[in-house]
Amino acid sequence: MSDLLKRNETLVALVIVAFCVVATLADPLFFTVTTLSDLLRASIVIGILAVGCMLVLVSGGIDVSFTAVAVFAMYATTIFTLGVWPDMPWPLVFLLSMGIGAALGAFNALFIAGFGLPTLIVTLATLSIFRGFLLTFVGSDRISALPPEMRNFSRMVVARGTTEAGNFYALPWAFAALVAVIVLTWFILQRTMLGRSIYALGGSVESARRIGVNVRATQIFVYVYVGALAGLAGILHGAMGRMADPFSLVGLELSVIAAVVLGGARLTGGYGTITGTLLGVGLIVLVQNSLIVLGIPSSWQTATIGLLILLGTGIPAYQAKRAAARAG
Amino acid sequence: MSSVAKIPAPGLMNSPEFRLLIIAVAVFGLMSALSPDRFLSAQNMTSMAFQFPEFAILALAMTLAMMTGGIDLSVVGVANLSAVSAALLLANVAGPEATGAAGVFWLGLAILLALSIGAAAGFINGVLVAKFGLPPILATLGAGLVFTGLAVAFTGGSAVMGFPTAIAVIGNETVFGVPVPLILFAVLAYALHVLLTRTPFGLKVTMFGANPRAAFFAALDIDRIILKVYTIAGMFSAVAGLVIMSRANSAKADYGSSYLLLAVLIAVLGGVNPYGGYGRVIGVILAVLSMQFLSSGLNMLGVSNFARELIWGALLIFVMVINVVDWQALRRRR
Repeated sequence: MSDLLKRNETLVALVIVAFCVVATLADPLFFTVTTLSDLLRASIVIGILAVGCMLVLVSGGIDVSFTAVAVFAMYATTIFTLGVWPDMPWPLVFLLSMGIGAALGAFNALFIAGFGLPTLIVTLATLSIFRGFLLTFVGSDRISALPPEMRNFSRMVVARGTTEAGNFYALPWAFAALVAVIVLTWFILQRTMLGRSIYALGGSVESARRIGVNVRATQIFVYVYVGALAGLAGILHGAMGRMADPFSLVGLELSVIAAVVLGGARLTGGYGTITGTLLGVGLIVLVQNSLIVLGIPSSWQTATIGLLILLGTGIPAYQAKRAAARAG
Repeated sequence: MSSVAKIPAPGLMNSPEFRLLIIAVAVFGLMSALSPDRFLSAQNMTSMAFQFPEFAILALAMTLAMMTGGIDLSVVGVANLSAVSAALLLANVAGPEATGAAGVFWLGLAILLALSIGAAAGFINGVLVAKFGLPPILATLGAGLVFTGLAVAFTGGSAVMGFPTAIAVIGNETVFGVPVPLILFAVLAYALHVLLTRTPFGLKVTMFGANPRAAFFAALDIDRIILKVYTIAGMFSAVAGLVIMSRANSAKADYGSSYLLLAVLIAVLGGVNPYGGYGRVIGVILAVLSMQFLSSGLNMLGVSNFARELIWGALLIFVMVINVVDWQALRRRR
């Protein structure tokens, strides 16, 4: 029981519940299906990105380039589809975007796994390489005339309707993509040797190597997988927003990393759960969309997210440091 | 591990600084050859001397943090928070009417305020790293968001304008033909050089960065070192913020957002080891010059800003790949 209380997940869940209670007291309209569907819709793209980002943190690295990968894959896929095969079925469009994302992830992996460079600096560099290449050579115009299949996809909804109060709500099928990503990643992390290798790698590279983990192959998988997820998130973002905007998404990476570390993943590697990550995403999405309900002006949003990161990671770190000091 | 570690000869030719000198000269030569009448013009030289100090000072702050094996991702946030605070004082309390002695008085007060805020922000970073045991990436990322967020909250996200004219001194004036920002950079660069190479503190920073464990067993007061390092980095960032504010004649929460990458790039390009323990100010200066020559030259050739971002990123990776061979040798020696 005391173990459960000490976990980041519990803390974040409590903060979310408190947030919702206060928000409902302040504005009864907050507690409706409409708000829920809005929040779920807002969490699709950031959720997929966060699951990928969590995997990188577990493996002991950090990736700040995934938003650039997402927007690159989305925009390049749109351009290619419009130019070559405008009627390409949407599953193929999605696969193409994921393939481009995976290729860019492999580019990251080349320098991280191949040359052993620090992950932060490599991905900071590739962030500007991908973005610079996209805007210089692929294009810098916003495209609102998306391929018809992408528009069709964006119209497919799981549930839609109007509440008694007359508020409209809708949950798009894109949400299923988030669920699929969660299930697949959970399976890889918990049920395969590969997943256990990723945790081992994050715990200690040298120990992982000595128990027979192929360090290089595991790292390559992590960055390629994250690239593919970013490609998926990017194309979903484009389809749901019904616009291919090469300037979007980049800048979101800090919020995503914030969500993941709030969920208990550690930058030093080896720790991180899907549940925690999703709770972190939930909190960040709440702060981004509903801070105003609590009476906090939206101009305080950035400061609030920063403060949440410091509190959510500082308190456990401080406890760990004190425990280590007591143990001598 | 299998082969006996070969200690590289400490000759001039092998040092990363010498390679940088070649890069700087090569870029300068290339740009001069490509557009001789414009790149070599006095006007271009002056404009370059006004442009680079603001991000070069941020790179110095980054260098200091990297010397300890850390990193300061909050430099731009600290710079903007300091600048916005100073700007609010100047625009709302002093107002554009303050001239002459009054203007100078308010300028002094604004500089003092910006430096104190920079120091306080840096101190917070230091506390998070030293006392709470947060990894520097996380501490400065979170704190950087808070600093930027405060700057947004104070201003509502819009630019602060309307300063006394005396403010232009920091960013736009020259003394004996030398731009003031350049003088500021030179003074800070020399101060950092002296601090790192001629003081006990610099030696401790280097020792801690090279091997934190050994530094701990050598009974160095590690917390104190880290606190000082991030506080000084915060003050350097505040100076950069003041230069940006003066040059733009306004302050805004999202000015210079591309400078973070640039500061990391320059420090790493300058041969500073991101794992800590090695870094020389002369390398950083050469890296700054190379970047500015490249930037101005590409600008004259009509290359877009996006392509410049691409080239910076590619350059950072390229230099890392070259340097990593040296660092591997360094780490093997430990």
